Amino acid sequence: MSPDKLRYQANQIATFFASQPEAEQIEGVADHINKFWDPRMRTQLFEIADQSAEGFKPMVVAALEKIRRPELAKGSQ
Amino acid sequence: MTLIQEIDYGTPASKAEKTVRLVIDGNTIEVPEGTSVMRASMEAGIQVPKLCATDMVDAFGSCRLCLVEIEGRNGTPASCTTPVSEGMVVHTQTGRLKDIRRGVMELYISDHPLDCLTCAANGDCELQDMAGAVGLRDVRYGYEGDNHVKARQNGEANPRYMAKDESNPYFTYDPSKCIVCSRCVRACEEVQGTFALTIEGRGFESRVSPGMHESFMNSECVSCGACVQACPTATLTEKSVIEIGQPEHSVVTTCAYCGVGCSFKAEMRGEEVVRMVPWKDGKANRGHSCVKGRFAWGYATHQDRILNPMVREKITDPWREVSWDEAFAHVAKEFRRLQFQYGKGSIGGITSSRCTNEETFLVQKLVRAGFGNNNVDTCARVCHSPTGYGLGKAFGTSAGTQDFDSVEHTDVVILIGANPTDGHPVFASRLKKRLRAGAKLIVIDPRRIDLVRSAHVEASHHLPLRPGTNVAVLTALAHVIVTEGLFDEAFIRERCDWSEFEDWASFVADPAHSPEATEVYTGVPAEELRGAARLYARGGNGAIYYGLGVTEHSQGSTTVMAIANLAMATGNIGRPGVGVNPLRGQNNVQGACDMGSFPHELPGYRHISGTEVRDVFEKLWGVELNPEPGLRIPNMLDAAVDGTFRGIYIQGEDILQSDPDTKHVKAGLEAMECVVVHDLFLNETANYAHVFLPGSTFLEKDGTFTNAERRINRVRRVMSPKNGLADWEVTLKLAQAMGLDWSYAHPSEIMDEIAATTPSFASVTYQMLEEKGSVQWPCNEAKPDGTPVMHLDGFVRGKGKFIRTEYVATDERTGPRFPLLLTTGRILSQYNVGAQTRRTENVAWHGEDRLEIHPHDAEQRGIHQDDWVKLASRSGETALRATITERVAPGVVYTTFHHPGTQANVITTDFTDWATNCPEYKVTAVQVSPSNGPTAWQQDYEAQATRSRRIATEDALEPAE
Repeated sequence: MSPDKLRYQANQIATFFASQPEAEQIEGVADHINKFWDPRMRTQLFEIADQSAEGFKPMVVAALEKIRRPELAKGSQ
Repeated sequence: MTLIQEIDYGTPASKAEKTVRLVIDGNTIEVPEGTSVMRASMEAGIQVPKLCATDMVDAFGSCRLCLVEIEGRNGTPASCTTPVSEGMVVHTQTGRLKDIRRGVMELYISDHPLDCLTCAANGDCELQDMAGAVGLRDVRYGYEGDNHVKARQNGEANPRYMAKDESNPYFTYDPSKCIVCSRCVRACEEVQGTFALTIEGRGFESRVSPGMHESFMNSECVSCGACVQACPTATLTEKSVIEIGQPEHSVVTTCAYCGVGCSFKAEMRGEEVVRMVPWKDGKANRGHSCVKGRFAWGYATHQDRILNPMVREKITDPWREVSWDEAFAHVAKEFRRLQFQYGKGSIGGITSSRCTNEETFLVQKLVRAGFGNNNVDTCARVCHSPTGYGLGKAFGTSAGTQDFDSVEHTDVVILIGANPTDGHPVFASRLKKRLRAGAKLIVIDPRRIDLVRSAHVEASHHLPLRPGTNVAVLTALAHVIVTEGLFDEAFIRERCDWSEFEDWASFVADPAHSPEATEVYTGVPAEELRGAARLYARGGNGAIYYGLGVTEHSQGSTTVMAIANLAMATGNIGRPGVGVNPLRGQNNVQGACDMGSFPHELPGYRHISGTEVRDVFEKLWGVELNPEPGLRIPNMLDAAVDGTFRGIYIQGEDILQSDPDTKHVKAGLEAMECVVVHDLFLNETANYAHVFLPGSTFLEKDGTFTNAERRINRVRRVMSPKNGLADWEVTLKLAQAMGLDWSYAHPSEIMDEIAATTPSFASVTYQMLEEKGSVQWPCNEAKPDGTPVMHLDGFVRGKGKFIRTEYVATDERTGPRFPLLLTTGRILSQYNVGAQTRRTENVAWHGEDRLEIHPHDAEQRGIHQDDWVKLASRSGETALRATITERVAPGVVYTTFHHPGTQANVITTDFTDWATNCPEYKVTAVQVSPSNGPTAWQQDYEAQATRSRRIATEDALEPAE
């Protein structure tokens, strides 16, 4: 998907968790992406975020280290 | 096989617990207090003659045929209106009674045509039966006097005669055969709740009249068929019975339309359906039906059905008919090629919410075990996926909490984003019955739906919110409940986590969430909202019913959580009459979700990352399962455009028409190399398919559907599949062609596999369904009879979870270019994309999608009733005709998406729910302007569709004889 759309969807998740109790916020974003994003979406997330965190909400950036980094190449899952 | 004869007890059952004993014709019988003498007799096996009584409506006492004698009482009381009492001694057959009954029948027959042999009701006529039962041998009055029977009499037109009304496409009204028992009038009132029929005139002049002496088609009649079912003569008769004749056998099955899941008797002649009659013992519908299930089954034999598999190399080629084996081999070869070339994850599948549980289970098994990935999704993605997510978070399971019977115990109903009289008509009738008995109604909907005010039903509060502000309105309701102390502390302390409640309570108590503060952007008057909150919290049993107006928003999942919060805060969970009830769109959406159709979870809502769960399936299937979640439908389309997703098997879903942002769906499909569509018709998606596998209808296969109340109902085959294979057999053979070692001889074996792997289905077998009729999951060792009401003693997840629900405005905003908000929905006579209902006579009610627009908005734009208008959003534009109505508020327009010619989804955007990617169908910023007719896009679309549907004829190649 387009980088803009991916950033938008990641930020949408962060927007929801921004209203949740603070202890659950970053964990919530990471857990949600781990549970519902297929590996190629997560791969793309890292491809974009590794280059520049611009356009991502800080909570998404903070959650990155808790998001599982797919090991396999794109499309092989 | 025989024709199932249901016993008509004459009057409805009494629900009293106390019983009384009485003697009828020498038989002692014990029945609940409040039972009529007529019903008690029937329970003792004694049929008292009757005409105006039937157990679907209350006793009326007009026909004077059911008279009995009771020792110690004077006269001959009507047994239908006389309740039993302790020690009563009743005689149903005495010389006096015989004479009276024969006299009454003589009068009836003296004004009735004697064309029994050629009458459509011959063999199924209660008047005929009663004439036989009372021993009528002569009509002393003759047939020459005043009557309603003869068109001409004594050489002159008979002013009392009325011609047959054949305006309704499905049934006829022949006034000459009417005995004015008023069963139809009462069925329309009591069962359907439409009040379309009445008795006009008095005495000998009285007769049944739709509306104000109108034809059926021009009256308020919604063609539910209740009156036809109630009619004891041929006055109201199905046209199919007139054409074919009386059925000779019947089979109980489940309707394949909406999520109510009505039980029907398919009444047959050989393999031909004569009529579908709602089954009284069906626990979802209790003997009622709507125009779709009752009458709109003609698509099953429609000439448009494709009966042979077809293949083509490019989507611009015409189709080529092939054998089943060739089709399966082709798909297997293509899918393996794609996986070799582009990776294991380059293909996937979509399960169908219109197919059976067993079929859905097989498709997801094919993807997980055969394709080796988890790229499987279902159309619930675009409707109720937020329900799965939201209720899963709050309660621990993804399902409605009640059965439909629960509504009979409800005192206050909140209806949010649902229009049951159109979308779930049989449930709507049951709801209206309860409302007429005094329950209160709160409607939260941008449109003034019928339930806001219709015959004998009026909502106490209608909160006409601006589309997209659901969360703000629900949080404001919570604000009132918390700040005014209306919450149920005992319930919360016992069933939920008190500190989580406190956290949530302090969040909603923020003045920013008050009705006064939110009124500015929700458009809901604060005082009205406060009244609604008070009524729900303190009005007795409060139940929330909701539909796609809740889920299909960028905050769909948040709204579902807000609903769960309200129910928990007021203690409205865990007993009959309360609960949270999603009204599911398609017949088997619940089942498709239960069966593991979502890419992240295996059957029974268990996440694919769980080692133990995977282990269960890995052992049974003999494969290793991928622990990563797969692609959801919108992700598949994105991946297709990116080039990483190349092939798809779509069973019974038309994503091109039903999914948002048509142009994006089209681009995704066009980018794929092997699109396999498995459907009844060459639907819109098939325009972009390379392989077409013909599907079978619900009449042609065995299986189960699970309705919105978690009820597992049997679907039974009543005719051979016209395409040769039931849908489960198609998936089976496709799997075999791909080298999978599957063998199922009957869908019951698939259910056995489901039960063996899925705890909530552990005790479900076909034999059990045969015995019990139906069962609601969870059904296992702990709940051997199933679970009508969930969370009785505790939530599935343990403690109920309160979750903060912050309102976030959608980014789909109105502005100078697109100043109006479009919201979409459905209509009674059509179903979903209309592939089925458009191929029935239902088009008589809704032949095209219309744009509903408020008079102010119309006037500003110079738009008149029926004018063509152009509807444009940032995604696309289309044209359709306008209906000017105050049902929509100024600033809001509304349309349906039943017709491919309109393609309302070319307008909708690619915004989705934050949690589940469920599309935001319900809010699109649009502009409306006058137009001359279809847009260029519509014309191109039509041309492409026609081109794409060409089928190459073999004849051209064969030598002439």
